[in-house]
Amino acid sequence: MTETLRNGVSRGLIELRHTLTTPLDLWGYLFPTVLLLGVLIFMRGATVPGTDFSLGASALPGMLGMNLAFGGLITIAQLLVVEREDGTLLRAKATPNGMSSYLVGKVVAVGGMTLVSLIAVLIPGAFLVEGLEVGPSGWLTLLWLMPLALLATMPIGAALGSIFESPRAFPVIMLPIFGVIAISGVFYPISPLPGWIQGIAQVFPIYWLGLGMRSAFLPDALASVELGDSWRQLETFGVLAAWAVVGLALAPALLRRMARRESGSAVAARRERMMSTVGR
Amino acid sequence: MTLTGTLGTGAEVPVGERVIDIHDLRMRYGAKDVLTGVTFAARRGEVLALLGPNGAGKTTTIEILEGFRMRSSGEVRVLGVDPAQGGEPWRSRVGVVLQSWRDHGKWRVRELLHHLGRYYRRYATPDKPRPWPVDDLLDAVGLAPQAQTRLSRLSGGQRRRLDVAIGIVGRPELLFLDEPTVGFDPAARREFHDLVHRLSDVDDTTILLTTHDLDEAEKLADRIVILAGGRIIADGSADELSRQVSRESEIRWTRDGQRFVHSAANATPFLRELLLQYGDDIADLEVRRTSLEDTYMQLVRDFEGSER
Repeated sequence: MTETLRNGVSRGLIELRHTLTTPLDLWGYLFPTVLLLGVLIFMRGATVPGTDFSLGASALPGMLGMNLAFGGLITIAQLLVVEREDGTLLRAKATPNGMSSYLVGKVVAVGGMTLVSLIAVLIPGAFLVEGLEVGPSGWLTLLWLMPLALLATMPIGAALGSIFESPRAFPVIMLPIFGVIAISGVFYPISPLPGWIQGIAQVFPIYWLGLGMRSAFLPDALASVELGDSWRQLETFGVLAAWAVVGLALAPALLRRMARRESGSAVAARRERMMSTVGR
Repeated sequence: MTLTGTLGTGAEVPVGERVIDIHDLRMRYGAKDVLTGVTFAARRGEVLALLGPNGAGKTTTIEILEGFRMRSSGEVRVLGVDPAQGGEPWRSRVGVVLQSWRDHGKWRVRELLHHLGRYYRRYATPDKPRPWPVDDLLDAVGLAPQAQTRLSRLSGGQRRRLDVAIGIVGRPELLFLDEPTVGFDPAARREFHDLVHRLSDVDDTTILLTTHDLDEAEKLADRIVILAGGRIIADGSADELSRQVSRESEIRWTRDGQRFVHSAANATPFLRELLLQYGDDIADLEVRRTSLEDTYMQLVRDFEGSER
């Protein structure tokens, strides 16, 4: 067991090192950062409605929350789909305890990548906006929020990744997630939106991740802009924990099913399908 | 001539020595029967070549043995365990080399072999140290110069040799090789054959390989199993199979600059006569059984004829 964990962690760290030394991957981390910084610059001078607090400063934590969700949901789903196709998963299956170590490795690697992408936004962002403050209670919030965020999103992401067979299914995964992001108040408070949209947004983890991040980085006075005039940390914890439970209940069975179906001819058939569509 | 009647070959391998033991293996996808009662066995240290036309069920058979695919029915034992129930300790005793993988593209050759070797450490025993030390392994497959190369930059043949290295890094008792030498140049092929001999002779590894290269099968395999139409149509050494197809040997020689060819059921009396008569005038003397290629073509043709 400890050996499996150790192999998984070392696998994750190696993959993290690879991605941080691959120019194309680095661009992948930096691109959203550049985009977000563009939005921040665009928002300069605008204020949170009803206050004189910078809108950009209040959007930054929202973006951090979105990055967390991206890492946990999309990155892990994409990696699973891609690595199923290129045979990495089958290799893990052919190795003793390989599948467990593979998943541990994915959690470590994606956790690391997400952390990197957070820092890539936070550091330049902190120079561009004014008014961010992280007090002791803010640090405490980050301490439980970040692990819980990964716990709430990664199993769901892994479950998504195990359902879809081919990278061409990515739009099917991405579109609904982008839709949810759009109504989750990442850049702008959702209080002006119709109640039913607010209701939908609050079902998904992205709204709560943004809210949690804002509660950590913004002065308490700004809680008045949120729904219920409060940071609602208890609810944040509750909803994220519920997602974690659902994810952890679903993911193992789906991952086992995915692993069971993996074989040389399954990989070959997938590749053939891909080649024939590329050729067309 | 059909050969299926003569097949009790599985029984020739004593039960205690059977590394692979399949009895009446059947596989059905929907309404299509892919395997219709496959029976064969392999003993420890044996190199077994599984031949057959495309679509004969070779890949399905191998994937069932590897534990990657569930069977419809039949008895299967691999290293004494049903592969459908094979746990991680069982997995550690089996090496798998599949066709054309392109995983781990960002990893370096040495890094990946070292990492995958770690999984086998806990299965090491005093008489079987595991894993295979990485540097020795790199030498054995001729990849030492590429130790620091990223996998995505390897040539096709190098990638294939790495696949083989990964298959044997845990020093398996049983190794599955699916078309191992596709993309090898003749020198790499020769080195690979040496490696296979070393694995089976020195390490007592049992090897099951599929190939379309009949010359390779003849060189490597102690025993050849031919699969066609979902069942075994022949099982034996290359010599045994060729005797089943044709009892005749071909004898070639030259005398006074002239070439002669003669076929005989029993070459020995004919040769004695020939040498008694002409003695040292006979040159370039050759006695050959039917080649495996001829045998294979004949067997498959006979089978397909009997199917119609």
